[in-house]
Amino acid sequence: MTYAQSVLNGDRLALARLLTQVENNAPEGRSALIELFPSTGKAHLIGVTGAPGTGKSSLVNQLAMHYRKVEDKRIAIVAVDPSSPFTGGAVLGDRVRMRDLSGDPKVFIRSMATRGSLGGLAQSTAGMVQVFDAAGFDIVIIETVGAGQSEVDVARLAHTTLVVEAPGLGDDIQAIKAGILEIADILVVNKADRPGVENTEKALKSMLDLAHPTERVFQHHGSTMRTTAPAQPASSALMWIPPIQRTVSTEGKGIVELTEAIARHVVYLRQSGDWAVRERTHLEVELEALIRETLVNRFMENIPQGMYEDVLEKVIQRNVSPWEAMKILMKEK
Amino acid sequence: MTEHKIRVLVAKPGLDGHDRGAKVVARALRDAGMEVIYTGLRQTPEMIAEAALQEDVDVVGLSVLSGAHMALAPRIMELLKINGQSKVKVFIGGIIPDEDLHRLKEMGVTGVYGPGASTEDIIRDVKSAMAE
Repeated sequence: MTYAQSVLNGDRLALARLLTQVENNAPEGRSALIELFPSTGKAHLIGVTGAPGTGKSSLVNQLAMHYRKVEDKRIAIVAVDPSSPFTGGAVLGDRVRMRDLSGDPKVFIRSMATRGSLGGLAQSTAGMVQVFDAAGFDIVIIETVGAGQSEVDVARLAHTTLVVEAPGLGDDIQAIKAGILEIADILVVNKADRPGVENTEKALKSMLDLAHPTERVFQHHGSTMRTTAPAQPASSALMWIPPIQRTVSTEGKGIVELTEAIARHVVYLRQSGDWAVRERTHLEVELEALIRETLVNRFMENIPQGMYEDVLEKVIQRNVSPWEAMKILMKEK
Repeated sequence: MTEHKIRVLVAKPGLDGHDRGAKVVARALRDAGMEVIYTGLRQTPEMIAEAALQEDVDVVGLSVLSGAHMALAPRIMELLKINGQSKVKVFIGGIIPDEDLHRLKEMGVTGVYGPGASTEDIIRDVKSAMAE
């Protein structure tokens, strides 16, 4: 029996081993992904991202517990932590916060290291998510590394992206910067029992208002002023404005409300056609990445032995610029 | 390109709350280029075996300072075997009396380390066990 068949039959050891093959980009992993692909496309993929220490792992733990106890869904969790840029090693510690999920056969947690990728996920995260999807998990939660401002890959993979914030992490200038906040389908203010939660929420709200102006009346130097919302194009009758959800994940507060917001987002995705758009984007991104990787590998195999090192040495000596080096290697004039 | 990293589960079974040693070892293995899955304190043998399965690790490192190693280690080895992971190498660190050392090795534990063991020795032993 192939790995893929065993996985489809619910063999957990085969699933674990296949995930390793996919992570290592081994030939067995690639052929299994081909075999499993027709069984994919059913799971709801939820991305969870945010700065280090905002409580992503604890939140994932709570979400998974809710989906197990209340909705009896099968849950897979892919938790990504960084690899050392110097040694390639990693300490993957997300399981520490997920001990409540231990012993439940309908939960499968897999930790992975970024192995040099910079976008918040590892190169093989998408492949591993496909394996879980094919294996029949209803929900796959993807937890990124502690993200700074531009680790936005998860939004191209997930259907619903949660961006987790915590009080005291930044002012309203942080909230108008481009990047991670823009990818949020739902903003979560975790650790909402801490002081400063109102300020964090206010900054996020004002960011959302700039993106989605609404009609309002306010006092300005004693006189009443009114702004009108810009006329909405007809197609945006179904528009999603990211809600802000307060949670205290160590106590499980706000989790029910958060899962309700996630459920509303799924309804929106289905009704607006956005679900299909997102699937398309993520498959396109995956195809492009594969083409790029294959082309680079093929190119490196076809240049004469030692030529790459020679040209690289010239660049290092500053005799040739990287652009010229590229032209030499590509045999362009 | 295929890339295999040594994956190690570092776990603390049982009830003692001292995880300094486990963290030092986890960090040392990381610096040796391995991927270390750290599970935290007070794990039952069942939790450890389940994590070893889900993470498809090559090595399980147990830190036991409570003296319960002769009860915990065999149970974990048995569960690994039941799960089809008898090839996983088990290492134990902690307060292990000499007379237990041989019994643990007879049970199939690959390496046993007491206080003052050097992380270089642990790394060397893990790597050579993987090379077999």
